[in-house]
Amino acid sequence: MHNNTPHITCTRDAAHKKILVTLSGCFCRFDDQNQKQALHQMVTDNPHNTIIVHSDHLESWDSSLVIVLTSLIQTAQQQKVKLDLSRLPKDLNALLTLVFAVNRHPPTAKIIQSDFLTRLGKAGINCYQSTRQGLNFITDTLVSFGRMMTGRVVSRPIDFWFALEDSGPKAVGIVALISFMVGLILAFVGAIQLQTFGAQIYVASLVTIAMTRIMGAIMCGVIMAGRTGASYAAAIGTMQVNEELDALKTMGIPITDFLVLPRFVALIVTMPLLTLLADFAGMLGGAFVGISMLDIAPQEYLKYSVNAFNITNFLVGIFHGFVFGIVIALCGCYYGATAGRTADSVGVAATKAVVSAIVWMIVLTGIITVIFKVIGI
Amino acid sequence: MTDNKITVKNLSVGYGSFVLLKNISFDVKRGSVFIIMGGSGCGKSSLLRVLTGLNAPLGGSVWIDGKNLTTAPEAEKNALMRRGGILYQSGALFSSMTLAENIALPLQQYTDYSPAAVKELVSLKLNLVGLAGFEDFYPAEISGGMKKRAGLARALALDPDIVYFDEPSAGLDPISSKHLDDLILNISETLGTTIVIVTHELASIFSIGTDSIFLDADAHGITARGNPKELLKNPPNKIVFDFLTRGDPHAQKPE
Repeated sequence: MHNNTPHITCTRDAAHKKILVTLSGCFCRFDDQNQKQALHQMVTDNPHNTIIVHSDHLESWDSSLVIVLTSLIQTAQQQKVKLDLSRLPKDLNALLTLVFAVNRHPPTAKIIQSDFLTRLGKAGINCYQSTRQGLNFITDTLVSFGRMMTGRVVSRPIDFWFALEDSGPKAVGIVALISFMVGLILAFVGAIQLQTFGAQIYVASLVTIAMTRIMGAIMCGVIMAGRTGASYAAAIGTMQVNEELDALKTMGIPITDFLVLPRFVALIVTMPLLTLLADFAGMLGGAFVGISMLDIAPQEYLKYSVNAFNITNFLVGIFHGFVFGIVIALCGCYYGATAGRTADSVGVAATKAVVSAIVWMIVLTGIITVIFKVIGI
Repeated sequence: MTDNKITVKNLSVGYGSFVLLKNISFDVKRGSVFIIMGGSGCGKSSLLRVLTGLNAPLGGSVWIDGKNLTTAPEAEKNALMRRGGILYQSGALFSSMTLAENIALPLQQYTDYSPAAVKELVSLKLNLVGLAGFEDFYPAEISGGMKKRAGLARALALDPDIVYFDEPSAGLDPISSKHLDDLILNISETLGTTIVIVTHELASIFSIGTDSIFLDADAHGITARGNPKELLKNPPNKIVFDFLTRGDPHAQKPE
């Protein structure tokens, strides 16, 4: 009966110190470790001078048979014995020749082991270099800003208007919605405690002070970091991948002029305005809870809100929004401009831009709060 | 088994109402190196996308080994598509994976090979394309020519019957381009693989092509068919002659 199961048969001709290897059947997707091991053992365990490979009953084959034969060739080379493959199909022999006709090797050994101190030193150097690179970027952006003030900047007004539209009107919906919800949550959380004292009317003061002093700016900053900061990093990062940044540099156009400045200016214009919007949307959310669920009269809620409204708090919030705009624009553009050249580096740049913008916003809020406390604001 | 590996019947290619190629028919012989050539914008790459099953045609059908790729159910279509390997212009290697991981991906996805066998096969494929020892390198760490070779190794991972090439010589220096042509010929001769190449590189067309079609953007179809060297000797029209001689009016027809 005809059988197309792949078989490697090894017979030993001890008298002539020969091993005959017969391949039969269909060697497609062949991965029988037992047969491979048996062949290897036969060849390595018995003294011989020649290995002869027959393939009279070989029906079909693919790369898996080439693997078996390359392994056999390597073993024969190690043992310095003659291997006769002349009975194999012509195309299989040609393929084996191609496998061993290697014309290129890796230039150097790639894995370099280093000790702890070396790694620590490298980390320190990397930290120093990235800090310096970041500071250089900020300086370059400020220089570009200076050039803009003196009318010598290389930039297209249309880019600024696009950035302004993207970071302004298009962000209004999401900022208003999230801030409204935050005001609503603040009112709920405050009401739980205040109701126990019968002082739920102070929900109006709580929401007004919280939103205008810092919460409006913080929420606006987080939303814009995720929305606009990430988009800046992705857009400029993609330009890096497409070598557009290199093209700008070779044309002598500073990327801080051409790409960073329009986005930077757009965000420092829109962020204070969006903070203003977030403040009032949050207060509206608080009013919704106060009037509809805590049974506070609208006039009373409005009166307590107006009393709690402090122009200094309000301006501090707007100032935070302005600072956050600078932070988001710088982080987004910096990580985009320093992105790698691979497809996933754009994603990495966007992630870094969002995370670092949020971290820096929180750090700067702390610093500003301390400074304002010291100077009595 | 017929002698034709791919048969194209009354195929129309385009996007929506924009028709690039209308009612074209041709066949690709088993084991041949088939060139699809033509000027920019004539629909070469779009035709390749239809042949590989990536895009649906506007009309007509593509048959592989007598099976209709165009109307095949999803599972059968996927099985037919897997019988072909594709080398894209840029190599299209996954940048977050090493060369070994790139080549191992289809093997792990579609075969039951043990991890050890996959590793051996990956080394074999890299050996075949002259990149032995580059297993742990990332695409960003190798040159453009090497990326194409690695892309070819991945295309060959599942021992395909057909390998499609989209502008294989684009962006390569003449020597790397020649090496890639030699490699394509070697693979065709040793593995008996049917090769379909979209290109307008004349050197490649003449050195490796055994059969070809010429696509004309104005005619929305095939205006020449045959061995490229024969077409140069007896060009059917001026456009084909201009294309094959780079528009040089003093070019001599080969003896």
